[in-house]
Amino acid sequence: MNSFVGMPSFPEASSVAVGDAQLRHNLRKATHTIRAKRAAVVGEQPDWAALREAGAAIKDRTLRHLDVYLERLEAAVVAAGGTVHWAADAAEANRIVTDLVKATGETEVVKVKSMATQEIDLNAALADAGIRAYETDLAELIVQLGDDWPSHILVPAIHRNRAEIREIFLEHMADWGRPAPPDLKDDPRALAEAARLHLRERFLSARVGISGANFAVAETGTLVVLESEGNGRMCLTLPETLISVVGIEKLVPTWQDLEVFMQLLPRSSTGERMNPYTSMWTGATEGQTFHLVLLDNGRTSVLADEVGRQALRCIRCSACLNVCPVYERAGGHAYGSVYPGPIGAILTPQLRGMAGPLEESLPYASTLCGACYEVCPVAINIPEVLLDLRAKAVTHGHVGQRLAMGAARRVLDSPRWLAVAQRSAGRFRRWTPKRLPGPLSAWSDTRDVPVPPKESFRQWWAASR
Amino acid sequence: MRVALFLTCVNDTLFPGTGKAVVRLLERLGCDVDFPPDQTCCGQMHFNTGYRDDARPLARRFGAVFDDYEAVVVPSGSCAAMIREWYPSLGITPPAGVYELTEFIVDVLGVTDVGAYFPHTVTYHPTCHSLRSLKVGSRPLDLLSSVRGLTLVPLGGAEECCGFGGTFSLKNPAVSAAMCSDKVRGVLDTQAEVLCAADNSCLMHIGGALSRQRTGVRVMHLAEILAATEADR
Repeated sequence: MNSFVGMPSFPEASSVAVGDAQLRHNLRKATHTIRAKRAAVVGEQPDWAALREAGAAIKDRTLRHLDVYLERLEAAVVAAGGTVHWAADAAEANRIVTDLVKATGETEVVKVKSMATQEIDLNAALADAGIRAYETDLAELIVQLGDDWPSHILVPAIHRNRAEIREIFLEHMADWGRPAPPDLKDDPRALAEAARLHLRERFLSARVGISGANFAVAETGTLVVLESEGNGRMCLTLPETLISVVGIEKLVPTWQDLEVFMQLLPRSSTGERMNPYTSMWTGATEGQTFHLVLLDNGRTSVLADEVGRQALRCIRCSACLNVCPVYERAGGHAYGSVYPGPIGAILTPQLRGMAGPLEESLPYASTLCGACYEVCPVAINIPEVLLDLRAKAVTHGHVGQRLAMGAARRVLDSPRWLAVAQRSAGRFRRWTPKRLPGPLSAWSDTRDVPVPPKESFRQWWAASR
Repeated sequence: MRVALFLTCVNDTLFPGTGKAVVRLLERLGCDVDFPPDQTCCGQMHFNTGYRDDARPLARRFGAVFDDYEAVVVPSGSCAAMIREWYPSLGITPPAGVYELTEFIVDVLGVTDVGAYFPHTVTYHPTCHSLRSLKVGSRPLDLLSSVRGLTLVPLGGAEECCGFGGTFSLKNPAVSAAMCSDKVRGVLDTQAEVLCAADNSCLMHIGGALSRQRTGVRVMHLAEILAATEADR
């Protein structure tokens, strides 16, 4: 898979995406469909607001005592026969996983869809060590076969329609195993059947499985994966060795806490009352080996930020993506990360730091319309975090913008100067330019410029009252 | 009842007609309207772009000018939301009685029929901050539905953002224009003559596109419709 390193800024990447008619059509159709499904199943839950509040409270409590719960999880996993590894960053996590696979002598692994392993670009690290990682989630398979990037958390191939998927299968399936039938049609059943036959060979031959987890229950050391296709269950049970890479924020203290999220997640993500497959495992089964890699990779620095830490509540449901009007037009790739959409706009700059043009532009990739906050099942106030990140982004550089903002403030903080500005705008209103200069041309490129009135309200008020 | 009008800098400078309409409307409803001349701007542009140190003096000025009024009426959902929702994060406690225009009319004055007459087909865009920050709900629609002669047609995808977002429209012009196009399509599908909202910033954006595309649809602030009567004919 390609890496996201060195991506252009959000405005640059999104302006290209906006011009892609096929992408716009695919995204509109897909996001509106999931949006409606979510709204229907959330609407039928009378205690949704209470569940949402509970979800946020449980996550906050867990994050407050993360050190305690992490050690509790470690002890429980070890007691159940598993091995726990701690990875401070992506490089360390990749090294741990690669060494574990090498130790088995295998050169192939099957993967359950996992955001954490995408985040650390594990597949590339494994490839460098001569190990081939096979994605087994249908959408991840489409992305992998197409040498493409995921563009959505839940449905990574949302930018592809079925005609495009058929092309990808016909062209690339043979490179990875069983080829697609030459007479493959683009109806969903045929596409799913081709993928099923292709993947089945993998499941039966693989001896190492790699997964993430949606939740890790500290009290028993149990890991939980929710999925729709059954591929996860195959990868989690058949191979002799299972390696799970899990972000440290995936913890919940108890099974009672888990119950809340088992209601929140499926309704928010796929718009289902319950997801088709839920796998839960505790330590190692006899004859099998289980390794848990606990991943930090920037999370503790997010935890240190009083406003930004709420982003760690995220359960990766992607409801915020599906309602976001910016995501719908810009597509996922413009966000330059495996975490696109509103949650990506607050998570990526925090996890990576506001290091480059992309990370600095992400807090501005929002109109602050608030649709994301409204649907978030753990009540992450995304506009609040965006605003806080913007305040951090302007502390260095942006000289032109800073000067303009300072000048505007000086005028606006003085009724006298504001009146002077208004009077001059009124006096020269006939010469209001049709095309505005500099960065303001972005306005006049697609919209008419408002012509200032002859007299401002305050002039009228002073004269008539 | 004595009320202070915080008109907002955008309305004061570019849309004085909205201010005059608010004054006329509130006086018709029995209010004694004051426009404190030291008012300027709520600081939303600076705050939303990240310039909190520039926003703070503007927020302090707002407090100094309006603290003594029992009721402050703001004919802009996003400015009212800035004051009520975000001033605390600048360390400033907003005055207690700050109302968005429709909240003031419906909740404080207890009126939904303001005695207006406007014989035109109108569609209403709810604007995000009125909808999701202030949660004004059906108040604007209740007010519009009571206007005599007015035909209200529902706007498809009404709750979707128009793509203005303040400096977003300059920083992300491509996405902003794409969102605006979809909003314009929604407006044209209604076949309404007038697009109405309770926030002139959003209307400046959508209206700028409606006018650039020569659609012949005009935009009006809700106050201007509510201020209109038979006497205007």
